[in-house]
Amino acid sequence: MSRSLEPLKLFLTLLVIWLLLNGSVALGTLAVGVVVAGAIAVLFRESLSVLSGHKFTAEALVASLLYVGYFLKELVKANLQMAAIVLSPRLPVEPAIVATRVRLTHPVARLLLANSITLTPGTLSVEMKGDTLYVHWVVAKGTDVETATREIVAGFERYLEKMYD
Amino acid sequence: MTEIVLYIAGALVAAAFVLAMIRFAAGPRAVDRVLAFDVLTILSIAGIVIAALVGGRSIYLDVALVYALLSFLGVIVAARYLEGGE
Amino acid sequence: MAVLEFIGSLVLLAGALFLFLGGLGLYRMPDTYNRIQAGTKATTLGTLLLLLGAALMVPGWAVKLLLIMLFLMYTNPLSSQVLARAAHRAGVPLTAKTKHDALAQDAGDLT
Repeated sequence: MSRSLEPLKLFLTLLVIWLLLNGSVALGTLAVGVVVAGAIAVLFRESLSVLSGHKFTAEALVASLLYVGYFLKELVKANLQMAAIVLSPRLPVEPAIVATRVRLTHPVARLLLANSITLTPGTLSVEMKGDTLYVHWVVAKGTDVETATREIVAGFERYLEKMYD
Repeated sequence: MTEIVLYIAGALVAAAFVLAMIRFAAGPRAVDRVLAFDVLTILSIAGIVIAALVGGRSIYLDVALVYALLSFLGVIVAARYLEGGE
Repeated sequence: MAVLEFIGSLVLLAGALFLFLGGLGLYRMPDTYNRIQAGTKATTLGTLLLLLGAALMVPGWAVKLLLIMLFLMYTNPLSSQVLARAAHRAGVPLTAKTKHDALAQDAGDLT
């Protein structure tokens, strides 16, 4: 059912971005936006799924808000830790590349997970093979899969599971 | 007050720019240089926004946006090349 | 109005500070992977804070600044991931301090 709505969601997203960029809803601007966004939505409805795929249930929206909050908290916390490391004369790093297990299946959910892990300093997604996500960790708390998955992946995955099928 | 803050912020960004330039020159590998270039771009965007604030010109923000778009493509292309290259 | 401008300038200053720390990390860290960590991400938060500060100082620019922030949040992690992957595939060595490399271990089985 939701499959047929994907191009429409893409069209609306693109149109909103276009209008925000222009900062006006003059007739000419609107017309160009509708034509171009429509053309892109039709031509790339298969390959631009990055902008769509989100569930629109109440539970998913609450999870999205909690996700953003959790993400911002982690972002600030991790940045302060990284600042302390960079400023410390000894440069106390204990890096490792660890394997983590990912349960998410939706490609956009996986993209968001990998991006969130990368954006919080201290962890950096390096490669994904099947269900295994390899992460470079500046101060590794452990090198086994269970510890790494719990420390790095679980916090984000909890919310993403509710946001995507 | 606001003026002084903008100048301090500008000085901090400029200092970061110098550090990134040193990394760009030192390398030692191509990946380090691409990385340094990426950071230089981000710093430039910050610098452009500060310039926009100092001059009170919103047109600079469009420059920053287009710059962000282009540098992203540049880094992706460079990284793809390095993957296949060595 | 003046309060908003004051808060904005503090946020902007915090952003500039993180940008400087990002530059310092890029300069000091021992290997490419740690440099990617320190370099691109401290600068991401730095830029986000700086743009947020600018939006608070000049509310009329907020929409455009927000678009730049969203764009950076989507693309910056992608470019650092692609760089890290390129480094590993090209065989850029990890620092001697590194405790473990699960990717190099598994690469033999999977490819």
